[in-house]
Amino acid sequence: MAMPYYVSPEQMMQDKAEYARKGIAKGRSIIAMEYVDGILLTADNPSASLHKVSEIYDNIAFAGAGKYSEFENLRKAGIRHADLKGFMYSREDVTGRSLANGYSQSLGTVFSQEMKPLEVEILVVQAGANNHPNEIYRISFDGSIIDEEHFAVIGGRSEAVQALLKDKSPSHAPLLNVALKLCVEALEQTANQKLQPEGLEVAVLDRTRTGRKFRRLSVGDVRQILSS
Amino acid sequence: MKLPYLPDHDDSSFFDFLTKHYPGLTPGGHGQLPAVEQTRSVGPMAVPQATTVLAIKYQAGVVIAGDRRATEGFQIADRRIEKVFKIDEWSAMAIAGAAGPCIEMAKLFQTELEHYEKLEGMVLSCEGKANKLGQMVKANLPMVFQGLVVMPLYVGYDVKREEGRIFKYDITGGRYEESDYHAIGSGGKDARNTMREHFRKNLSEAEALKLALLSLYNAADDDVGTGGPDLIRGIYPTAKFVTAQGIADVGDDQLKAVYDDMITARRSRET
Repeated sequence: MAMPYYVSPEQMMQDKAEYARKGIAKGRSIIAMEYVDGILLTADNPSASLHKVSEIYDNIAFAGAGKYSEFENLRKAGIRHADLKGFMYSREDVTGRSLANGYSQSLGTVFSQEMKPLEVEILVVQAGANNHPNEIYRISFDGSIIDEEHFAVIGGRSEAVQALLKDKSPSHAPLLNVALKLCVEALEQTANQKLQPEGLEVAVLDRTRTGRKFRRLSVGDVRQILSS
Repeated sequence: MKLPYLPDHDDSSFFDFLTKHYPGLTPGGHGQLPAVEQTRSVGPMAVPQATTVLAIKYQAGVVIAGDRRATEGFQIADRRIEKVFKIDEWSAMAIAGAAGPCIEMAKLFQTELEHYEKLEGMVLSCEGKANKLGQMVKANLPMVFQGLVVMPLYVGYDVKREEGRIFKYDITGGRYEESDYHAIGSGGKDARNTMREHFRKNLSEAEALKLALLSLYNAADDDVGTGGPDLIRGIYPTAKFVTAQGIADVGDDQLKAVYDDMITARRSRET
């Protein structure tokens, strides 16, 4: 009879976490930052069609770093959850908090029960309306959930980007062009290369819009804002 | 991948998602079919469709309009009901039939299109939207045998062809495109008669609106199920323009102005 190998739970969790961290660090970074009218999402993404940032609901957006197929699945599940809730109850009952909780549960369950953890780190952001504050949730591969203030960074060398932004970020929400320049600068410094507008994926949750607040900024828009 | 709270599903249709995981929430009410004997004993049914809704093509797109009356037998159930819905940025839908399931289907169709757009990252084609609505009408067929008919009239601006389009349906989900104008509901025939007399190609926006309101007025004149303009309470039909610029509501002031002219002209004929 073959003896099963014994691996201590601590060791197993550590290995899994290491594995997931490595996978996530391989990618490029994404920044979510508050600005005057809502939240700005900036991703270093050379692909124009494979999105890292996307709309979930009226004032909620999603960003995923790590393995594309895995965060794409999470994104779709989030949209289904939000649309179902909005259809069953009312549009205003769909909240970023409940969505972030769902993601946290899912990621946590997969991390502890499956052989392979998900190599993803995700952001759920909600632009506050009627004087409610914005909400930025960062959810890690193991389901841990962090309620961030002012800005959040996931993927790639996220800690380096975070450190850079911490020094520079203004005390109150900046204008859109200031925020975007700040984000691009931080991404450029950690990536050690100049980023062209074509290589950026930029979107905003703009609370001044009516209905759905999510809007992608085109390459032209980004170029114009960066050169202003 | 198993996800708690988020059932495993692999399809871009919200309607299919509901049908599979939450059948009780679909307007068709799947799994709630009446027994066959029971259905047969009802015999040929008089389907209540007390409504007139219509759509007319014009230069820039389509105007879609509907009256505001809801009836229950010989009683008026609601004087201000909305029968014309904006579905997304380029399409609108008007409904005739049982009010509850109708409104539910409009809401479901709105969610369906938004859901697809978010999942796929692009908007469905005008044709695709019209076909999807046909499938939803077909799924409602069991309810038709219980007398709960939902009959939509769908209009969309086809961004690729750069023209407005009108689609009508039958209860089996059959989808037919109309080239110029169409009206459905109990007063549909009366409205179509008016439109047939006055319609021509390339109407201006103002002319199309005037014709739509005239047709509704004539329908209300001959059909008890259709409400006319209520001058005392200030309730006017709903109308929307569907064009390349999106969906635009026609304001009450504009509607009132058209009706005031029409009524003055008619009054002068009576004296």
